[in-house]
Amino acid sequence: MSALTREETEALIQEVLEVYPEKAKKDRAKHLMINDKELESSKKCITSNRKSLPGVMTMRGCAYAGSKGVVWGPIKDVISISHGPIGCGQYSRAGRRNYYSGTSGVDSFCEMNFTSDFQEKDIVFGGDKKLAKLINEIELLFPLNKGISIQSECPVGLIGDDIEAVAKKAAKELNKPVVPVRCEGFRGVSQSLGHHIANDSVRDWIISNRDGQAFEKTPYDVAILGDYNVGGDAWASRILLEEMGLRVVAQWSGDGTLAEMENTPNVKLNLLHCYRSMNYISRHMEEKYGIPWVEYNFFGPTKIKESLRKIAGFFDDKIKEGAERVIEKYTPMMDAVIAKFKPRLQGKKVMLYVGGLRPRHVVGAYEDLGMEVVGAGYEFAHNDDYDRTIKEMGDATLIYDDVTGYEFEEFVKALKPDLIGSGIKEKYVFHKMGVPFRQLHSWDYSGPYHGCDGFAVFARDMDMTINNPCWNMMQTPWQQKAPGSLLKAAA
Amino acid sequence: MANIMIRKNDKGYVFYMPKRDIEDSIVSMEFDTPEKWGGEIKLGNGGAYYIEPQSAPARLPYSVRARRIDGVE
Ligand code: SF4
Repeated sequence: MSALTREETEALIQEVLEVYPEKAKKDRAKHLMINDKELESSKKCITSNRKSLPGVMTMRGCAYAGSKGVVWGPIKDVISISHGPIGCGQYSRAGRRNYYSGTSGVDSFCEMNFTSDFQEKDIVFGGDKKLAKLINEIELLFPLNKGISIQSECPVGLIGDDIEAVAKKAAKELNKPVVPVRCEGFRGVSQSLGHHIANDSVRDWIISNRDGQAFEKTPYDVAILGDYNVGGDAWASRILLEEMGLRVVAQWSGDGTLAEMENTPNVKLNLLHCYRSMNYISRHMEEKYGIPWVEYNFFGPTKIKESLRKIAGFFDDKIKEGAERVIEKYTPMMDAVIAKFKPRLQGKKVMLYVGGLRPRHVVGAYEDLGMEVVGAGYEFAHNDDYDRTIKEMGDATLIYDDVTGYEFEEFVKALKPDLIGSGIKEKYVFHKMGVPFRQLHSWDYSGPYHGCDGFAVFARDMDMTINNPCWNMMQTPWQQKAPGSLLKAAA
Repeated sequence: MANIMIRKNDKGYVFYMPKRDIEDSIVSMEFDTPEKWGGEIKLGNGGAYYIEPQSAPARLPYSVRARRIDGVE
């Protein structure tokens, strides 16, 4: 059951699109759809991964954000240099809350900002010399780094610096991997291409570094791919896997290390959480090393159980029993969480607009709490993501790709959700509109949300947000019963 | 011509084009025997590609050059 019927949703889309000029209207109409569970492919109904329309407010990021912020940044013992002007690195520094164990500035570098701080003269004369100097400085000051990556920002691509040459030379001198990543922000239409570029650079410079070296294997080796340990997510996932008898060799890339990544070709199975940002390297390892990969979902008990069984299906009876044991152990705990929060959340409606995975992955967790997702959309998904989304969502729900600020506000006004889950750029707009909001990129300074421990936090956070008494106190002065009372008080 | 990667899932062959991030099911492949494999392939989204017929790859996934015949980019 959805809040609106198919016809009503259709009418809503038409109404919202009405304000656009003809051409924009035609373009945006392709990015909005009404879900139909029967569909096998999303191709005919929704267009995605296209350039955003000039003049609208989009929430997308750039390729640099996808590479430095998402894939490379969380690797804790690799120093990622934001090569170019200082802003790109500084404003994306440490905001994502990729937790790690280690000592910042000594052996872990996730939340520090390393940048070449381009000035006018670097643009005019090129920045390669500066980069080489910077790498030497890093080596001197932070000798415990295991490798360096150079994340190029827009100007570096524009002036045509040869960062590959600098990287090769430095790698030889330092005897460490130095990886040039051509992730200038102007490449591609969103951060998505940055993920791809980052994956390709890992493929070309990292993954085969230890080929042929001895490695003590077990039949139960797996790697966690596409879990960035936001608020400790990967840890909450890892304990479930270990409890069922698997050995987690690597975490990509939250709380991960270079050595873990280099050892990944030895695993039996790659577990892929965020399909969008790491399917590329999974496909590569499947082809080159014959390692199968499987997508899983650790949000909410229903999906966790499903995923544990699916993963166990790749192994022998020992692991299958392990999975059942884990499920049995945690079911009472999760039931208790549901018993506590479901009565408070039952029937509440949610709208989601997040990155490339969460709009479909968290649906199960909301449903476990008796809530209903009435609209979902992605910033930078591709059609294969929408193919996967159609199955998760209810019939006739609204799906929006790269939604504009205006459209999102209008949809919220019409659908009147009890909760919105989206990013920091949307947060305060909806707060001001008086709608409960959770920031679902970095879990709003909370987390973890993955795994069984995470579900308890997730449920508590949703309750805390929706049932917060502050939402009843937010009437604007001009809507208040006694007009002007606030104004008078202010005067 | 573009590089594509062909893999198999429980439903059959899957087409993947890294350059454009297109993943789709392969609904038909002209030749699918150990000796002769490839030819015209049709995708779930209506597109069609051509792979030079060759002996079937020993292992999937397998990267190969393909030519676009029709439809969808
Ligand atoms: S678009 Fe370019 S300048 Fe802007 S943040 Fe991204 S890399 Fe930096």
